[in-house]
Parts: sequence; C-alpha cells; structure tokens
Amino acid sequence: MEKFEKLSGIAAPMPLVNIDTDMIIPKVFLKTIKRSGLGVNLFDEMRYDRQGNEIPDFVLNKPAYREAQILVAGDNFGCGSSREHAPWALADFGIKVVISTSFADIFFNNCFKNGMLPIVLPPEQVEVLMKDAEKGANARMEIDLEAQTVTASDGEVFHFEIDPFRKHCLLEGLDDIGLTLEKGAAIDTFEASASQARPWV
Amino acid sequence: MSPKTLYDKIWDAHVVDQSDDGTCLLYIDRHLVHEVTSPQAFEGLRMSNRKVRAPEKTIAVPDHNVPTTGDRDAKIENEESRIQVEALDKNARDFGLNYYPVNDIRQGIVHVVGPENGWTLPGMTVVCGDSHTATHGAFGSLAHGIGTSEVEHVLATQTLIQKKSKNMKVEITGKLRPGVTAKDITLSVIGRTGTAGGTGYVIEYCGEAIRDLSMEGRMTVCNMAIEGGARAGLIAPDEKTFDYVKGRTHAPKGAQWEAAMNWWKTLFSDDDAHWDKVITIKGEDIAPVVTWGTSPEDVLPITGVVPAPEDFKGGKIEAARRSIEYMGLTPGQKLSDIEIDTVFIGSCTNGRIEDLRAAAEILKGKKIKAGLRAMVVPGSGLVRAQAEEEGIAQVFKDAGFEWRLAGCSMCLAMNPDQLAEGERCASTSNRNFEGRQGYKGRTHLVSPAMAAAAALTGRLTDVRDMMTETA
Ligand code: SF4
Repeated sequence: MEKFEKLSGIAAPMPLVNIDTDMIIPKVFLKTIKRSGLGVNLFDEMRYDRQGNEIPDFVLNKPAYREAQILVAGDNFGCGSSREHAPWALADFGIKVVISTSFADIFFNNCFKNGMLPIVLPPEQVEVLMKDAEKGANARMEIDLEAQTVTASDGEVFHFEIDPFRKHCLLEGLDDIGLTLEKGAAIDTFEASASQARPWV
Repeated sequence: MSPKTLYDKIWDAHVVDQSDDGTCLLYIDRHLVHEVTSPQAFEGLRMSNRKVRAPEKTIAVPDHNVPTTGDRDAKIENEESRIQVEALDKNARDFGLNYYPVNDIRQGIVHVVGPENGWTLPGMTVVCGDSHTATHGAFGSLAHGIGTSEVEHVLATQTLIQKKSKNMKVEITGKLRPGVTAKDITLSVIGRTGTAGGTGYVIEYCGEAIRDLSMEGRMTVCNMAIEGGARAGLIAPDEKTFDYVKGRTHAPKGAQWEAAMNWWKTLFSDDDAHWDKVITIKGEDIAPVVTWGTSPEDVLPITGVVPAPEDFKGGKIEAARRSIEYMGLTPGQKLSDIEIDTVFIGSCTNGRIEDLRAAAEILKGKKIKAGLRAMVVPGSGLVRAQAEEEGIAQVFKDAGFEWRLAGCSMCLAMNPDQLAEGERCASTSNRNFEGRQGYKGRTHLVSPAMAAAAALTGRLTDVRDMMTETA
C-alpha cells in the first residue's frame, strides 16, 4: 500500500448530510471484478445526466474542483452499503482525504485499507473548512498526518485525532494481512484451544 | 468477575491477540461470501500466493446479481453479472469453500442461507462483505459487515483486526399492537436514533416485545441495525433460538449439541452490566410505519403527513428538501394518499417464510389493484419451496403477484428487476436511498403486511384498516 504522509491539495465542499455509498458509487458499477477504474463513475448519478453528459452544477464538474484531492462533507459520510468500491472510486478519482463530523463505521475502516485518510472534526471546525473549500482552486488545504493537523488556506490549523495503529499503518504503507500473518502462531494456539472449548464451530 | 454484556462475552471468547492500544485480533467463526464484494479479495490472495485458512468455515453463495426469472441452468444474460457469478463459482471451487451455486435449491440471499442451513449459531463471530450481516445477530452471534480488503484478510487469516465498540441497549417494552411487526420496530428505532445514532456501538435489542418475536422477526430487527449506524445488532439466544437451530444441517448434534447448549445458555447480558447508551421504547407506542424520504431515518406512522424541510434542523433541512423533491411529494400530503406503481416483497430483511405468510394473510382471496406491478422474491430456494408447499405461493399468484426465484432482486436492482425513472415502490427491503431500486426510482420501506395492503389499494395503506375489514 502507498504511504500517506502529507498532502497539499484542493478541497471540494459537499455539505449534504448522509451521503451514502450508493451515491458515491451506484450499484451498476459494482459488477466489476477489479479495484481500479471506478473514478470516472464516482458520484455517477449526481455527476452525469442520463445521456452521460456532465451536470455542470455538480461540484466535481466545476473547473475549480476537477483536481480535488480532499472532500469536506456533511455528517455521516459513507453510510449504507459496505462496498469498498466507494473508497476505491474516491481514490481512483484522486480523493485521498475526506473530512466530516462523522463517518459510517465500515466506510471509515475501508478508507484505511486503501491508503486514504478520513478525518473527523467537530461541527464548528468542519463548517470553517467547508467555507474554505468553497473558495475554489486557489484555496489549498494542507494535511499533515504525522502532526495530525489540517491547515486551512488562511493558515488556521485544526488538530485531529487518529488511532495510533492506523496512523502507523498509513505512514508506513503497511499491509494488514502481512502484519496479521506474523501472528500465525497466536492464531494456531487460539484455534487449538477454541476447538476444544467449542468443537461444534 | 465483573458483569458483562452479551457483546462483551462473545468478544472475549474470540480475542486472539490484543495490543496495548486496545486493537484486537478477533477470531472469525463463519465467513459468508457473495459474488459482488469478493472477486478482488480472491484476486489479492492469488497475487500473493495465499490460501484460504479455513475453507470449512467459509460459505459462498451468489445472490445479488442472479436473475429471478427463467431457467437457473441457463447462462446469465448480462455479461458483467455472469462474469461475477462465474468468478465466484471458480473461486469457491478453487479454494474448496462450502458453496451453493445458482441452480442449488439451497441458493438464496446470503443472510437467509446462513441461518437456514445452521451455519449461524449463537455465540459465533460471523462476517460477510455485506452490511446486512447484522441479520445474524438475531441468534446472539456477533455479526457484521466488512469491506473487501477485510474479506481478503479473513480469507487469509480467519481473523479480523478490530477495536471494541461501545454497548447500547435498545429495549422494547410490553406488547405490540395488532398490525405492528418487527419491521415497524426496527424502522421506528432508526426514526428515533437517526442513521448515525448507532455509530460506534453494538446494539442489543431486548424487552418483552423482542422476546415475543419469532426468529424471523428478530432477524428483521437485527438486519436493519446497520441502517441505524451500529456495527452490529444482537438478541440474546433463548428457547426460540435453540428450537430454530436444532436439527439444521450444520448445527451440532448429540453430545456436541449438549455442550453447545451449555455455553449458549450463558449468553445473555448480566443484570448489572454497563451500558454506554440505553434507549427504551414502549411497544404500544409503535405504529405501522412507512418511510417518506431517501434515508431509512425518514420514518413516520402511516397515519402521518409528508413533513416540510423546515421541520428539521441543520444539514437535514437541505437533505429533506432534496428527498421530498426526489420522492415527488408535497409537504402536508397524507402518507396514505401516496399512490404506488410497484410492490416488492423480498430481501434479507423480509424474504423469509414468516414474512411471506404475513403478506399472504392480507392478500388471501383478493386481487391487487389493476395495473400495479407486484412481485414476491423468496429469500432462498428453500423458502420458496416451503411457501409452495404451504399454498402461499398460490395466494400470491391468485392475487396477481409474480412469483420469482430466490435472490436479492429489486432490493438493490443489480439484476434485471428495477424501477423505471419516477416509479414508486412499496418495498419490504431496507434501503430507500436515491436510485437504490433503479435510476430515479422511489422507494417507501414498509413491512410485508403493509406491502400487501398497498398492493390491494394501489397506495400506501394502513394495514389495520384491512384487518378490521377481514375480521
Ligand atoms: S437482499 Fe438487499 S440488503 Fe440484503 S444482501 Fe441482498 S442486496 Fe443486500
């Protein structure tokens, strides 16, 4: 997995609450058996009309935000289906960071498995960053994972919390499976004693 | 020993390893796999030359993409769907998993198939690359959805890296009123807590109204825990649970059954266990409900009216405005005046035998509104067969319903069963998101009985009116 350290990029505002994974990547695109190539269909039903033409009002279609790498979003981002196609589509489009007051559990987990950073901040701070994002392409936000900070375009700094293990994995680009396989002996031991205690499993 | 919740007990029995920061490696007893969220995981295994650690604990079934009409031995017409189902076929066989192919009578929606065949048992950890894995919590098993990277992780290691959630108790006291079902309970809870109300929690549902539910009803309640944002929903196992499980193909037998029962009977929350959050709802306060918007939290009693955006606060004002427009409704409009084009009975929420019985009860001897499209999609081939045996299938057919083959179908419309633009559906599924049942389709979530009532009148209908009629 690619390492995540720092990012300086354009942030797109999406103030809508409860943006669900069906909106992020509609199910017609789940028929793929690959992880890549989903970026063109990110937010497909909000982004294109039925003929496939871009809807100019949609934020990621606006010239200022076509290169966005950060999304500032309304509450409860990523709710609904567990589809990892949602973070895959965001990442494939180029979004590496999503900032919101809250995330749905599975989406939140899925981000870290794909080198993406979901940042939770209190409502007042998300509001400030939402306004900042509305300024367009000249307003670049900076994310520093090591320091756990988001710096708005005017220099205001916000600190965010992150689980130390997840931070470590992101910074080092570590693969979970590799890490767990190192604990193979512990799994063997557990399996042996569990099959004594609960042989029916 | 300090008092524990049911969740604490199951969790503690499955910790393989714990780091200083509380991150745990949790052992997984059952891994369910379907065709949509698994291909990339198997590809990952192959690329790194890894095996499935416990194929005997891994159960695969295609459900999301499969057509629900025609011949199950024929090739799936849609090429992408076919490739996905064929990929699951190949992966299941290459890696030696327990597998129910499309033409097996036991095939069906993964969350119906697991319990039905006795794979899901009390006290287990159960995961699947699917958010409605919460369903299995009805057995007192810790069950939740995971992403595809985690699917690969479980395939390779039979474990999951997890942090413990907080404990929430949702108690439904007393009795339900006539016409009120498990679906109304679960929707009403979400209406109360919101779709993010359960974020960070595992919910245990308890109280007399929950105890009174059948296993099918309990599965309906737990199924939608995820719609309330919770990682999982749980119900402590009791005699009903044991009766349901006993004799199923993969349930323990003989001495093992006795041993299992000894443990299962300890699976309840201790009296003085600590809860981080408690919600209590009186059963008698719950009405038959419908959703009016595009989030499962947009729940109102059928006797209500479409709200106005100004009734809400904060970001929800804009979301409600968008929902009302999308749904083509007018604030103040009576919910029971909303006309529908389609009725869908099925899904992992309400595609079990009891759900079909409840709908058939309302439909018996009647005809659906002329011009309406109505379909029943049983949750599995076995449910379908049972309904045929009980004569329920005939009730549906006589009423004018299409009687389909098992699958997810119009719950998410990945197969040909879809709403057309602007079409409105009374649906027993679990998500009313924009486009969920078809591009620009409009979904109202209801119980099976309410769906049947709507099919008869052609509009959202209070099933209690029908019940006095038939009484
Ligand atoms: S029936 Fe619907 S919610 Fe259930 S697994 Fe299938 S698509 Fe998902």
